[in-house]
Amino acid sequence: MKKGVMRPGHVQIRVLDLEEAVKHYTDLMGLIETDRDDQGRVYLKAWTEVDKFSVVLREADEPGCDFMGFKVVDEAALVQLEKDLVDFGVDVERIPEGDLKDCGRRIRFSVPSGHAFELYTDKLYTGKWGVTEVNPEAWPRGLEGMKAVRFDHCLFYGPELAATYDIFVNVLGFYLSEQVLEGDGTRIAQFLSLSTKAHDIAFIHHEEMGKFHHASFYLETWEDVLRAADLISMTDTSIDIGPTRHGLTHGQTIYFFDPSGNRNEVFCGGDYNYPDHKPVTWQAEQLGKAIFYHDRVLNERFMTVLT
Amino acid sequence: MVGLQVYNRTTGDHFTCQDGQSVLKAMEQQGVKCVPVGCRGGGCGFCKIRVVEGEFECGKMSRRHAPPEAIEKGEVLACRIYPLTDLTIECIPLPERTLAKQTTKLLR
Repeated sequence: MKKGVMRPGHVQIRVLDLEEAVKHYTDLMGLIETDRDDQGRVYLKAWTEVDKFSVVLREADEPGCDFMGFKVVDEAALVQLEKDLVDFGVDVERIPEGDLKDCGRRIRFSVPSGHAFELYTDKLYTGKWGVTEVNPEAWPRGLEGMKAVRFDHCLFYGPELAATYDIFVNVLGFYLSEQVLEGDGTRIAQFLSLSTKAHDIAFIHHEEMGKFHHASFYLETWEDVLRAADLISMTDTSIDIGPTRHGLTHGQTIYFFDPSGNRNEVFCGGDYNYPDHKPVTWQAEQLGKAIFYHDRVLNERFMTVLT
Repeated sequence: MVGLQVYNRTTGDHFTCQDGQSVLKAMEQQGVKCVPVGCRGGGCGFCKIRVVEGEFECGKMSRRHAPPEAIEKGEVLACRIYPLTDLTIECIPLPERTLAKQTTKLLR
């Protein structure tokens, strides 16, 4: 958080059928619908999140991710970050307050991997859903499905990982928590963090620009991941892989698809970092184990099916 | 119920599609592996096929992978088509799959 970028704040996901998608993200995943806007977008949050929304669904004729936004500590940091991006040669666009409902102004920019990101500092603080601020109970009643705890991170696929790393690390203040290196030292996967979390965002090398691999949501326990797997079967939801464990981050995980083919992850566990920790390195020839720690082989769908 | 027959003329495989079942779902349920399975949601384009004979209905598909001019030529996503008659389909090589191979090659 060296430069004042605090945490993942939101992701806007394109879906082919809005109501089918809302049902998936609420009934199955347990997010809570908090609002809709006059562009037809639907706003959702997970119950432990303190701001009004973290997931925005937009109906479009092609699924994928429009942008991911990060919350910045304060206005002074936002002003400085905008200047730093411009000085680094990044084109920025100013999105006015209120474009996303109850969200302050946003600074939007694209990185060489072909993905759009945003920084903002103000969003309506609504508090955790279903629990009081004073003497809060352990969890709220009335949560649906997987009862996702929080929007955690995204994984993006695209080219130019080194140039993308420069912006995230040198301008935005992320640090490298984990990486996959080819024999010649070329980095083909980079996991970046702002916190003690194993990752707040990750990139994997891919020739085509701007591809979306998944949006990930945190669960508390392995039992919760197994219960998510049960719910995926009960609802005949398209599964990708899991329940299993990753080598990278060592998180316990399951992957599945929303009704428009965007991949979702729910996971628990995972490693932690402090500033004295060195990045963890996986060798590309061990990529099977790095990605699926139990199977130790790559599943082609996981590496190539993207929106 | 007998269901409708789907014949993949590229691979020689046959399978039966029940009412309301997509071609991809019918194929997966019968353990046939003649079309690649991706997201199953019309989003990724992995299961693109060409329908050479027969009538079908389409669900929503990503315009990027199934633009109107492709649908016109019977180039559709197997996860989002529902047969109305027996179908003959064929596999089509995808530029995306070529790109994907480059990535996996680099990653291996």
